[in-house]
Amino acid sequence: MANARKHFDVLVVGGGPAGLAAAVSAAEHGARVGLVDDNPALGGQIWRAGVVGHGPGAARWIQRLEATGIEILCGTRVFDSPTQNSLHAEIESGLLELNYQKLVLATGARERFLPFPGWTIPNVMGAGALQALVKSGFPVSDKRVVVAGTGPLLLAVAAYLREHGAKIELICEQASLASLALFAVSILKLRDKITQGLSLRKELAGVRFVAGSWPVTAEGDGALTAVVVSHGQKLEKIACDFLACGFLLVPNTVLPALLGCRLQNGFVEVDRYQQTSVGGIYCAGEPTGIGGVDLSLIEGQVAGSAAAGHAEASRSLFGERRKLQRFSQALDRAFALRSELRGIALPETIVCRCEDVTYERLKPYTSWRNAKLQSRCGMGPCQGRVCGPATEFLLGWSPDSVRPPVFPVRVENLGAMVRDLVPQDSELLRGPQ
Amino acid sequence: MSAKIYDVVIVGAGIVGAACAHECSQSGLRVAVIDQDVIGGGATAAGMGHIVVMDDSDAQFALTRYSQTLWQELRPELPEDVEYEQCGTIWVATDEEEMTEVLRKHAYYSRQGVSVEVLNPGDIERLEPNLRKGMVGGLLVPDDGVLYPPCAARFLMDQAQGRGVTLHLQQTVAQIGKGQLHLADGTRFSSATIVNAAGTWASALTPGIAVKKRKGHLVITDRYPGFVRHQLVELGYLKSAHSVTADSVAFNVQPRQTGQLLIGSSRQYGPEHKEVDPHVLGRMLERAQHYLPALAKTSAIRVWTGFRAATPDKLPLIGPWPSDPSIYLATGHEGLGITTSLATAKLLVDQITGRTSAIPYEPYLPSRSATLEHAHA
Repeated sequence: MANARKHFDVLVVGGGPAGLAAAVSAAEHGARVGLVDDNPALGGQIWRAGVVGHGPGAARWIQRLEATGIEILCGTRVFDSPTQNSLHAEIESGLLELNYQKLVLATGARERFLPFPGWTIPNVMGAGALQALVKSGFPVSDKRVVVAGTGPLLLAVAAYLREHGAKIELICEQASLASLALFAVSILKLRDKITQGLSLRKELAGVRFVAGSWPVTAEGDGALTAVVVSHGQKLEKIACDFLACGFLLVPNTVLPALLGCRLQNGFVEVDRYQQTSVGGIYCAGEPTGIGGVDLSLIEGQVAGSAAAGHAEASRSLFGERRKLQRFSQALDRAFALRSELRGIALPETIVCRCEDVTYERLKPYTSWRNAKLQSRCGMGPCQGRVCGPATEFLLGWSPDSVRPPVFPVRVENLGAMVRDLVPQDSELLRGPQ
Repeated sequence: MSAKIYDVVIVGAGIVGAACAHECSQSGLRVAVIDQDVIGGGATAAGMGHIVVMDDSDAQFALTRYSQTLWQELRPELPEDVEYEQCGTIWVATDEEEMTEVLRKHAYYSRQGVSVEVLNPGDIERLEPNLRKGMVGGLLVPDDGVLYPPCAARFLMDQAQGRGVTLHLQQTVAQIGKGQLHLADGTRFSSATIVNAAGTWASALTPGIAVKKRKGHLVITDRYPGFVRHQLVELGYLKSAHSVTADSVAFNVQPRQTGQLLIGSSRQYGPEHKEVDPHVLGRMLERAQHYLPALAKTSAIRVWTGFRAATPDKLPLIGPWPSDPSIYLATGHEGLGITTSLATAKLLVDQITGRTSAIPYEPYLPSRSATLEHAHA
């Protein structure tokens, strides 16, 4: 087992837009930076490298990244913080101890799954997950796809799948036409967003889009054959090969919580410089509020510059950040999940896939902890990442306290002790400028 | 506000409190149970859930044996989610000294009528191929088992509630004594008998009890069905885990019905905080991998800690508290609370109602506590 130890002025966890921007900004200010990500390549969920690269938005940042001396550590999964200013991560060959002066958490977000009858049938998947699959070469040519859920992500995914040959049968947007109209008005000032929307409109020309509509049942024996959607008053059955669902994103806050960063309404609390309640630990991107790529990039730059000791560079971005935050607030209002979605899970619907726990087995309990103890909901290998947000929406339960390991980890690495580590670089830590 | 009147009020809805409620209600007593949290939310949720016979002392043996028999009688009624699995225990001997202990244990258990089998290295390799090669032998105790404690506690409480027991969860008890119990919100309960089954919190309610917190760590893995088939325990367990003062770790791995592996164990006096201690965890897992090398590559999904209610002589406190005869204790079960809960409830109700008990209850009487306090000091 090759255990190792590394030291950085600024350590960035997460290689999506926020993390890339933070790492690049800190490094351009002269800090010695490490960038870790648990995926095999940088890019995060949104800029996931496919067979054709990261996509145009990412290219500029990858270029800047390559011009710096940032140490990139992909396939590195942080699972614990055994002591202050130090993280433990699992790598293929063993355990890595990461020491830092300043830390930027850019842990991103994941998709929220809402349980409904048939949601566990093969080929019912997250909208982002299906897109990622296609990016890695999975063929969808001539496949009939229904895209359902809420928010601009649905349109982006539908456009992407269509571009790759899929036949988009329907896009179901749960938000009402009225809230969509209000949203359109509220974003009039944000020219970029509108241009983006218009271009998607061209790519989705002729695709059926219905507002105030959501899936109620997925059908199929072995694999998906059809989906029943509700348009409020009436039901409609649509034959399809894939159902791509996207019911908003859930911030990944487990690592910030483990480090003691204060959360508010499920998001990491930060100050103007993206610093969390724990001094020296910054947070950028979706964990501080779902805001998309542009806001993540700005927040990443603010955090990276501040962590490297260049507060004035951070301050120059405050105006742009404020504008983008207003946009994300408008999104939150327009695409809030409607209460009818709480009714689509039937008593026998599985809520926890790891432990096969049905909705009816959860209903008698008053808290997630109680339900977990009695039904094992959330006790499987996903550690409640899927069913936690689902029960939060369905039953109003708040998440449990966070304990290491925050990701499943090999027993040999969980048990590896600090004294077993071989220091790979024993230079004295340099303080930030 | 007038007091609610019961025959017995039980503080604590862990496995011991639930078993006491179950037994009291079977004897026709009017019972209320109060807990600060949920059913089985304390040590019951944190423990391994073994139903084992142990022989640190004759009294420990008598209680564990009696209770295991009671679990076996109850087994047909247990719902599926209690996951009772009679997997048996194998005590693993790594050297001749430990093999001597195997033979001693074999003679003791056989004499008491517990079925046991001495295993040679070939047997061990055949029964548990993932154990490190070169074991000297072992002792198989086929009647030992494991279960999932939170659901077992809930089952006992469900049964009790079906017979009229009232359950008050998420209630803080402010004070007990002289047949009265006060909740923090001002509610009063009045009963001839108040059972303090509050586990590690018992001494906060009844000062002077010789119960101390003894911290433990556990790890659970993803599903590896058949990786081990029996509960595996090292015999060093006898030397290290039972050392009354020093921190210790011991190899103890259980196969769960889900195919998961539950890895223990550690014992520490002193720490009051729930945080995982990386050094203790490291030593514990090192020990486990020493016995099961292939464990290294398995995926650990959760780590947690809990506190056992430990007494200096490793025997629980069951019976009236000498300074206040309205208070009965049912605590101090250390790492054997799941096993001994049912027998505890029997002996407690035997004393409350004046029934004849199946085994002598004297070794567990809290009145021995005066001498225990000295032992702690």
